[in-house]
Amino acid sequence: MSVKTDYKELEVLAQRGRWLVISTVAGSGAGHVGGPLSAMDLMVALYFRVMDVRPQEPQWPERDRFILSKGHSAIGQYTVMALRGYLPVEELKTFDKGRSRLQGHPDVTKLPGLETSTGSLGQGLSVGLGFALGGRLRGQKFHTFILIGDGELQEGMIWEALHIAPRYKLGNLTAILDWNGLQQFGWLLAPGEKHRGDRRDPWAGVDLKTIFEKLGWRVLEIDGHDYSQIVPALDAAKKFGDSDQPTIIVAHTIKGKGVQITEGKFEWHSKVATKEELYAVAAELGVEEVGV
Amino acid sequence: MKALRDVFGETLVALGKTNPNILVLDADLANSTKADKFAVEHPDKFLEMGIAEQNFVGVAVGLASLGFVPWLSSFTVFFTHRAVDPIRMLVAQTHANVKIGAAYAGLLTGLTGKTHQDVEDLAIMRAMPGMTVLAPADEFEGEAMIRWATEFAGPVYLRLARDASPPVFDSDYAFTPGKTYHLREGYDLLLISTGPQSVRCVEAAERLAEQGISAGVLHVPSIKPVKTEEIVTACEPVPIIFTVEEHNVFGGLGGLVAEILAEHLPKLMIRFGIEDRWGESAPNDFLLDQFQLSGPRLSERIVNRLRVAKS
Ligand SMILES: Cc1ncc(C[n+]2csc(CCOP(=O)(O)OP(=O)(O)O)c2C)c(N)n1
Ligand SMILES: [Mg+2]
Repeated sequence: MSVKTDYKELEVLAQRGRWLVISTVAGSGAGHVGGPLSAMDLMVALYFRVMDVRPQEPQWPERDRFILSKGHSAIGQYTVMALRGYLPVEELKTFDKGRSRLQGHPDVTKLPGLETSTGSLGQGLSVGLGFALGGRLRGQKFHTFILIGDGELQEGMIWEALHIAPRYKLGNLTAILDWNGLQQFGWLLAPGEKHRGDRRDPWAGVDLKTIFEKLGWRVLEIDGHDYSQIVPALDAAKKFGDSDQPTIIVAHTIKGKGVQITEGKFEWHSKVATKEELYAVAAELGVEEVGV
Repeated sequence: MKALRDVFGETLVALGKTNPNILVLDADLANSTKADKFAVEHPDKFLEMGIAEQNFVGVAVGLASLGFVPWLSSFTVFFTHRAVDPIRMLVAQTHANVKIGAAYAGLLTGLTGKTHQDVEDLAIMRAMPGMTVLAPADEFEGEAMIRWATEFAGPVYLRLARDASPPVFDSDYAFTPGKTYHLREGYDLLLISTGPQSVRCVEAAERLAEQGISAGVLHVPSIKPVKTEEIVTACEPVPIIFTVEEHNVFGGLGGLVAEILAEHLPKLMIRFGIEDRWGESAPNDFLLDQFQLSGPRLSERIVNRLRVAKS
């Protein structure tokens, strides 16, 4: 649990993380960028301030659990895990290259510290629900966090989990919605329509907060790039662990956040930076050793 | 040399100009499957259905009942796994006129790894009564199949590889359901394959020829229906048959040929494919080498197997 209110350290880590994401994807010749960048601040806060975890003992039974349900953002999670000490930062270079622990989508059979496999969207919340339910039945105190995408939220299976979690009064379960307003292809903006992304927000005009509340969830709404909102919200959700209501944190984010050329651009969902682009990004993020 | 996904997008664009009933429904992957080409040319006939594969299959069934010809755009895995129940009950069991454009088939899915590598689809789709299951080798066959499927009244599952492979056919190619194609004659052994794996089999056969082994290649693009007698006739003259597929060795092409030979022409048959394990994220060359499906690895394996058979 966090007591610090100085978030500079987290910002620095996230900046480094963003560089590692975009440069690793470029090195492997494939992978996702926009989603990992929109979730970077949320994952840095979870791994560095909020979750009780032991990177050297990833199977520690009392650890808090995290599932990246939007598994295509795996490189973001691997990067944060590397910075946190689960694996060497050098190992990121093996991403997607064959015989790697760092698969294109998180593979629980390969990398210790992952809690389940994801990649087919919409399935993480159900597994997290199982963790939370099992933790209750076993009298364990850990908390479970599930990160889902706003495009992913279109999958029916998520709504099956959203329906059932409040029924079992799982205060030890927290879903986090990375509402970055873009998915992979989505819908065109209407003429004159304003949005932080270059395609239509998948949930434009939909009052998700009220929908979640009516389903029985406690809803916290934050700016997903402002640590002074992220950390207190995650901390609060964890404190509700013994309560009888699951929490969903609606995080307003920007796809591709933190890198000029990728922010709000749907095509950067999955795209490989050119050498020139990488140099520009390195300069923007203050990276000295580009090594491309 | 054109990728099958480009063929998918371009052929649908062309068909959309002449066939007023064509609709394309996408599950948020149009820029991967290349259905986005259709979205640009025919925006009013392109329906983005979001990341909800079960739903869009059901919607297609409804549209088909009104005389539309809905083509679905998503990845193979999300059809044959996520949406398999509506495909089974709503599409196959009602013989709905729905066309399943299953992109990113097999192992070579652009480094996405085992979650996206569907090595079970042929087994699943082939076991569904009333389903037509097609796997084109190249751009010419792909285009012919898309055109044929659009005219055919009934469900079609079209297994489309992601990347381009050197063509084995040309623009004269005509598709007939069930028909098989001799890509190469040979008398020492016969390789039977499907999809772009057939192209790699031709490469293997060329390598075998250099070593004095005469290998034929039979391409089976129509996994269902299939002309049993053509397979039997092709297998008759050779002492040993190899099936080769970018699919689990259970239940796919190997299963199909084994069923036919067991009943009609029992003889030695070896299945090459993915040996009941999952794939991983890696470049195409790495995977083809790892799973021994590249031309060079196949020819080595065959030479070794022939040595065993002799001794
Ligand atoms: C079941 C399923 N359908 C489709 C996909 C392909 N896919 C991967 S990411 C993605 C878009 C996800 O959008 P969103 O959840 O908003 O993620 P983010 O914007 O954070 O990248 C799609 C369609 C998938 N992985 N799983
Ligand atoms: Mg999104």
